[in-house]
This record gives sequence, C-alpha cells and structure tokens, in this order.
Amino acid sequence: MLSPVRSFFGGVHPGGRKTATDTCPIEVLPAPARLTLPMSMHTGQACTPLVKPGDRVLLGQRIGEASGEESAHVHSPVSGAVAAVEPRLHPDGTQVLSVIIDNDFKDTPSGEIRPCADPDRLTAPEFTQLVRNAGIVGLGGSARPTHLKLASSLGKTDTVILNGAECEPYITSDHRLLLERPEEVLGGARLLREFFGVPSVIIGIGADKHDAIELLRSRLPIRHSEADVITLHTRYPQGGERQLVQTVTGRQVPPGQSPSSVGCAVFNISTAAAIYRAVVSGFPLIRRIVTVSGPGMNTPKVLDVALGTPFSALAEAAGGFAGTPGKVLMGGPMMGLVQSDLSVPVVKGTNALLALTEPRARMPSEPVCIRCGKCVAVCPMHLAPLYLYAYEQKDNLAELQKLNIADCIECGCCSYICPGRLPLVPSIRAGKQKLAEASTAGREGN
Amino acid sequence: MEPDRNFLSSPHIRAPEDTRSVMLDVIIALLPALAFSVYYFGWRSLTLTVFTVLCCLFFEWLYRRLLKKSLTLRDLSAVVTGILLALCLPVTAPYWVAAVGAAFAILVVKQLYGGLGKNFLNPALAARAFLFSWPSVMTTWAVPMSRSSILGASADAVTGATPMTFLHAGTLPKGVELYQMLMGQRGGSLGETSALLLLLGGAYLVVRRVIPLRIPVAFLGTAALLTLLFPRGNSPLEWMLYSLMGGGMLLGAIFMATDPATSPVTAAGQWIYGALCGALTVFFRYFGAYPEGVAYAILISNASVWIIERGTFPRRFGTKRRSWKKAGAPK
Repeated sequence: MLSPVRSFFGGVHPGGRKTATDTCPIEVLPAPARLTLPMSMHTGQACTPLVKPGDRVLLGQRIGEASGEESAHVHSPVSGAVAAVEPRLHPDGTQVLSVIIDNDFKDTPSGEIRPCADPDRLTAPEFTQLVRNAGIVGLGGSARPTHLKLASSLGKTDTVILNGAECEPYITSDHRLLLERPEEVLGGARLLREFFGVPSVIIGIGADKHDAIELLRSRLPIRHSEADVITLHTRYPQGGERQLVQTVTGRQVPPGQSPSSVGCAVFNISTAAAIYRAVVSGFPLIRRIVTVSGPGMNTPKVLDVALGTPFSALAEAAGGFAGTPGKVLMGGPMMGLVQSDLSVPVVKGTNALLALTEPRARMPSEPVCIRCGKCVAVCPMHLAPLYLYAYEQKDNLAELQKLNIADCIECGCCSYICPGRLPLVPSIRAGKQKLAEASTAGREGN
Repeated sequence: MEPDRNFLSSPHIRAPEDTRSVMLDVIIALLPALAFSVYYFGWRSLTLTVFTVLCCLFFEWLYRRLLKKSLTLRDLSAVVTGILLALCLPVTAPYWVAAVGAAFAILVVKQLYGGLGKNFLNPALAARAFLFSWPSVMTTWAVPMSRSSILGASADAVTGATPMTFLHAGTLPKGVELYQMLMGQRGGSLGETSALLLLLGGAYLVVRRVIPLRIPVAFLGTAALLTLLFPRGNSPLEWMLYSLMGGGMLLGAIFMATDPATSPVTAAGQWIYGALCGALTVFFRYFGAYPEGVAYAILISNASVWIIERGTFPRRFGTKRRSWKKAGAPK
C-alpha cells in the first residue's frame, strides 16, 4: 500500500552521503582499556560521582547520581577499577568532571541489572522510574533526560511519534538499528503506547530508508497495530522535533514550548530501543551506536560502542583517517561539533564521528548578501536569517527580538544554502547570546 | 577570531551554488537571446554588449580600487549588469551612450549604495532610465536584418516603428504576426525581441533555482489579466499576447524584476511585488507619454521593496494569525 510522503515547511537537500555505511552491519567494538565517563552527558545538572579513585566498579553499576530532576544517572559500561575522578575534556569543548575507569575485561555484571518480571503490568510512575534509573536521555542528539519528557507529557499526549528520520548526511546509526534490531524499536514503541495509553504509536522513517520501512511494516499485524510506520520526506531537518510534529500532525509547536503543548511526544527510535532494553532486560544506557564515516575516514563503519570510549579508538576501528582530515565532527555535518582533541569520549548524545575533508579556504573573507531570499525560503522556523544577520552585525538587539531570534533551532539550513556564504548560524548564535546577556544585565540593574 | 568562529560553527557543508555560479547561470540564460540578437541585428549587437560589459567591469574595478575596497570582479555581477544594460539598448546606440550608462549603473546606482546586494534599484534599468536623457538615441530603432555596422554611429540606422508604437496608439501591430513576436522578428531593443528565447532562459533560471517563479508569474499574470480586461482593438486575446511579448515585458519580468538585490525576499512579498510590476507596466503603457513602461514600473516597484517585505514576513512558527492588538499595544 502506498502512503503519502509527508513533509514540513522549508528545509534543504544536503544529499544523503549515506552509501558508505548504510549497508554496513553494526560491529560491536570491544570496550577499551581505559574509559572516560563525564558526569554530564545530558542537559541540566551534572551528576554527583558515587565512586572515588581505587573503587572497584561493576558493569552497569551506577557511578554518577543524578542531581535534581533535570539530570540523568551515569553507569559504568565495564567492570574494573576507578583510576581517577577529575575534570576532563568533553566533546562540547568544556572541562567536565569525569570518572576514569580502568577496564578489567571481565565484564562482571552489577546486581543492579535486574530484568523486569512483567513489563506489561508496570504503572506509569514505575515505568518512569525505570527509565530514570537507566539514565536514558534523548539519543537523537538532544540528550535531554527522557524521564522528564515522560513525566511532563503523560496525560496530555494523544500522539506518540518515534523519530526515524535521520536526516543528517552520512549518519546511518538509526537506519542500521532499524534493520538489525527492529524488535527493540517495536518493543519500545509498544511500551510507550502502553505508557501513554494511545491506540498506536507513529514511527516516522525517512523515505531513503525504504528497506527499514518495509521490514518494520512486515513485522506489524495488519489490523489493530500497536504502531503505524509512515514515510517521511528525505529533507533536512525532517528529524527536528518541531518539524516532525508538523509533518505528522500538521500542528505547530508554539514558540518556547515543547511538543507536549500540542499533545505530542517525540522520541528518537534509538531512545525507544534503549527504553526497551532498560525495561525488559534491566540494562542501563551504557552503549550506543555511532556512525564513523565521512570522506576522511578510511573504512567507514557503524559501531556499537561503550560510552566513555575515546574518539581515537573509533577512528582507529574505522581504518584511521585518509590523510589529514579537514575537520573532525561529533554529529552530522549540519549541526555537528568540531573536535580538536580525539581523546574525548563517546557520550550519550554521540550519534556519529565524521571526518570531513572540506578545505578551509572556501569561505570568502568578505561575505556579501545578495538578498536572494533563499535563507527565508529554507528556514523551517519561518525566520528571516538575512535580517537576523544584519541586525546582529549592528548590535540592534530590539530588532533581533522583534524578529524572534530565539525561535532559531540552529539547524543550519540558511548557512548551507546561502550563495554569499554568509556565516548566518554563528551570527544568530552570537545574537542570541547578546540578547541573553542584555536581559541578565537588565535584571541585575533593577 | 572572527573567521575562526565561523570555521568552528555548524553547518560544515555548503550547497555548491555560490554568488559567482548564480551570476554565471544568469549569463548563460541570457546567451540565447543575445545570440539571436547577433543573428537578427548583426555583429554590432555583440560588440555593443561586450563593450558595455567591459565598461561595467572597468568602472567597478576603478571604484573599488580608488576607495581601497576588495576587488569584486570575480563575482561576475558587473558582467550581468553589463549584458542586461546592453540588451535594453537599441542596437544603433552609440558606444559612448553605453559607456555613460555603464558608469551610471555601476558607480551611482550600485557602488555608491555599498555595492552588490545593497543597491535598491536595478542598476541596468536605472541606467536605461537615465539614458532617456537622450531620447532620440534611445528610440532610434534599426530596421531588422539591416545588420548595423560594428563601428558606424547611428547614421545608417533607420527609425523603424516597433510593435510598441502600434500598441501605444491603441492598435494591434501591423506587419508583425504573433508567431513573429514569439520568434523575435520585430523591432526593439537589442535583447528584448525573441519571446521564445527569453522564456527559455527564464525556464533555465527557474530550474536552476536562481530566480523564484513567483515574480515573473505575478508580473506577467497581472499584465495578462489587465490587458485582457481592458483590451484595445477588437481581439482581447491578441491584444493581450502582443502586449506580453511586446517591448521589454519578458526581458523585464524574467531578468530585471527578479534581480535578487532589488526584489523582496519573502514569498508573499514576491507575489505582491510581481503584481505591482505588472500593474504599473500596463498603467504606464496605457497612460504614459512613452510607448514603453516596463523600466519605470520595475524601478518604482524596486523602491517599494522594503515596505512590501516588512509587511510580509512569514508568520511566526507556532502562532496563529498575527495578533495586531498584542503586537502594537503601547506599553
């Protein structure tokens, strides 16, 4: 049966560039001898370490305790000994208190890992607690603690959406997960359906992953299905939460609010799979799938790696760099973070490690806006990036606010499409910063 | 520090199109019309165009050099201005007229306002309007196929009536069939005669996403509607078709009105702006002293872009209609 390919407003076609890894089976990368586990791999408060140097830790043992509600526990992916608890470089470029573990390669499991006896009988608070205990965060890149979303959306949600758009170029982590572990995704979908009490969960998958769509559909009963698989347009940023809600339901999430304000709860498919593993087998979030790819990587791969594994080990597993890479990124080329030090570890939000060969010289020294209007046409948030850029350059904060600069999701479509090569995203980011500083200064002045 | 911030910031990939490739596409799109002009009016078409382009490049270089600004010849925008200016001159125009036009377009209209993207009037059209200070030069039309000589001044040119002369008088053009209008076998400016080839160039630009389809559609659609509703002569349909293909309507709608710097960036704004161009063109043609009105219509619309744009920003994502009460409430 043909279903319509759905879409949203704006967006660009940066090209999939996924062929390097979309047929690569997921390879399990053994945990390295030494792991670095930052106490902050999520949005909100950092964890408090529960261990001290010299302590013995077991696989799955909680080593970082969430402080407050907006925080997520951290668990040890291996058994071994704590070598140090000290600030280390995080992929986001800051120094973060981290627990360093020396692997004893025995993988002795902790007693904390307890499979759930009857997952179908869980009450909502029990379910939320299980997810919280497992330290699960949004694995699509947001890294927001998932129990928060569960708690805040419960009772106001009529549409539960699993996000399998994976619209960033190069990345195939979710694609391979869908193909190789569909039962985890469907299991997660079933659990979320029960939790929210909705008739069925909508699984949106990018049209470029037609094999995954067919596979998932073949696993579903024809009638009274617990999930609907729908085909999404392969356009970036289809996987943006607001864009996905708009695509699936036609609803627009109001400025500054979350999808729960329009009755939607969106989870990445890999988050759903993590929920399934946590609830059914009791395993906390200690591993994740990372696409290691890009033109600068010798043999691109999709790896199942332990959190805390240094990026250098991933690059090595993928055959190393072909020459000197122009840029190494955590995440996709549209929103990824540049990495200068490959000793930083894989964190919960790491969906890809990419090596780009793009030469630096392509950016003009004096970018000129020709007012072509393409940035306005592609902005999925209905903004006018060229004006945000102009007013940021002039420090006109009043206009920036009037033009809703805070609505920008920094998807990068405007910078991508701009023929004048204007640095629109960095400028908008700076503009937001200036506004925030001005409002703090204003409050302090009062 | 600044370039570093931009190097580190996402996104890390860029679309292949840049300003230079956009300009190159415009040049490619104009080549068929130019080639036809060479066939139809003789080599002088080509020499006049090349001369105008060289003048534009020279004045751009001169200005940037004298004011110690970065040199911008590589972006090809001056070449586009040069070709467009040449295409709306009569083939008989003396070279000095082209030079004066190029100087006005580049120095006054473009560079004095800050260069590419900052000008609020289309340089080529503004220069054409300025050159009407010498009306006899600008309205001396060569007889088609007379193949004006490359070096000779306008001495051997014959003032022939163009279809616009008839249309302005309120009659359908005599001696020019509709298919000839389509092919371009009629008098007029150097590059405006062949409707078919201009449309071909326009199609290329739309396919390459260089110009938004909205502006030419709104422009020509409005003009078509108005000429159909208020026809002169006894066949409204023919009147409409002659009007659309006559004069510089297509050249203007496809290549001039769509100049990114001087047209709105918003989708709704592009519709309004295009419609304004079309309506003003018909108005000037019906009630103006000159037979042609495209240039002035577009220039006036250019000047209205800022206000059109401000009124047509896309509705904020996640909000219903704009609440005027809230937005405009005094504190």
